[in-house]
Amino acid sequence: MGYEGAAWSPYLVGALIGVLSMATFYFSDKPLGISTSYARLAGMVGNLFSKSHTESLKFYQDSKPKIEWGVMLLFGVIIGAFIAAYTGDEMTGAWVPLLWQDRFGTDVTMRLGVAFLGGAIMAYGARLAGGCTSGHGISGALQLSVSSWIVLACFFAGSVLTAMLLYRL
Amino acid sequence: MSNDEKEAPGKPDSLPQLVLGFAFGLVFGFLLQKGGVAKYEVLLGQFLLTDFTVIKVMLSAIVVGMVGIFSMHALGLVRLHVKQTRYAANITGGLLFGVGLGLLGYCPGTGAAALGQGNYDAIAGIAGLMAGSYVYAETSDYLSATIQRVGDRGRIMLPDLLGMRVTVFLVILVPLLIASLFVLQRLMP
Repeated sequence: MGYEGAAWSPYLVGALIGVLSMATFYFSDKPLGISTSYARLAGMVGNLFSKSHTESLKFYQDSKPKIEWGVMLLFGVIIGAFIAAYTGDEMTGAWVPLLWQDRFGTDVTMRLGVAFLGGAIMAYGARLAGGCTSGHGISGALQLSVSSWIVLACFFAGSVLTAMLLYRL
Repeated sequence: MSNDEKEAPGKPDSLPQLVLGFAFGLVFGFLLQKGGVAKYEVLLGQFLLTDFTVIKVMLSAIVVGMVGIFSMHALGLVRLHVKQTRYAANITGGLLFGVGLGLLGYCPGTGAAALGQGNYDAIAGIAGLMAGSYVYAETSDYLSATIQRVGDRGRIMLPDLLGMRVTVFLVILVPLLIASLFVLQRLMP
């Protein structure tokens, strides 16, 4: 296809993520999971506008909007990927991905609009389903959670359908 | 679980845990980028069924983590955190997530990694993730009284469905997962 792939073997990277999961269970008593951190950050923004309203929401009574382990994990992911890309000479510095450009052109506004919409739908789905690709897809699945294997199948069904509609019609 | 009395290692907002969280994140982000799964083209390649990097990474992580974490659990070193099964919410939420994932092209973890490697469209995705999370919180009261009650089965595990012991189930499942990785490598190198 002419697009760049992975720098390292996917099996090696996957195995190391498995080892990383063992470490988070042992040292932090926590599974790897990212999506709740966006919800906490959103709650912190919500607190700036109306603290009393944000605190009245059921979700934020269970998941407090504050900086904790998971939010630091999220910050770490951004920096860790930066280090990997920078040292591996793979920084992209692009507003519109190449594959998207080839199909939909270089209009930045359109790409950002679709990205925002996709992110919003995805977050709503993650919260309803109880986790994302890492929380359900890796951590939940490796613990044999029934929900995680169902959710994982639904992730793929939804994303394959959407990608086919976007790129194959 | 008999060995769940293991002492919890400090609160998630204690300083050592904040530092550990950041350190684990650094490793996670580094690996996601090296695995190529922070790239829009690699993720879309998976959804268009032309590039199977994502499934290879995930299955490998699942196999290694599964063997490691259940072994550590058997030794009383870790507690399990099995997810709640709520059939209606799992299926609806999972499908919605998939649609959003197809549109954005990054998941919550790989989106953060994508931003780190300079895919600036991930900024809009992250803003969307925060907005969608807040909208969910607005509806969380209603959802917990309705859809989340449909098919609520608690923290069940796959072996429970079959009435099997976890160890027996793992002895069958782990070789099957490894075999499927070999098949995948054959069909989609």
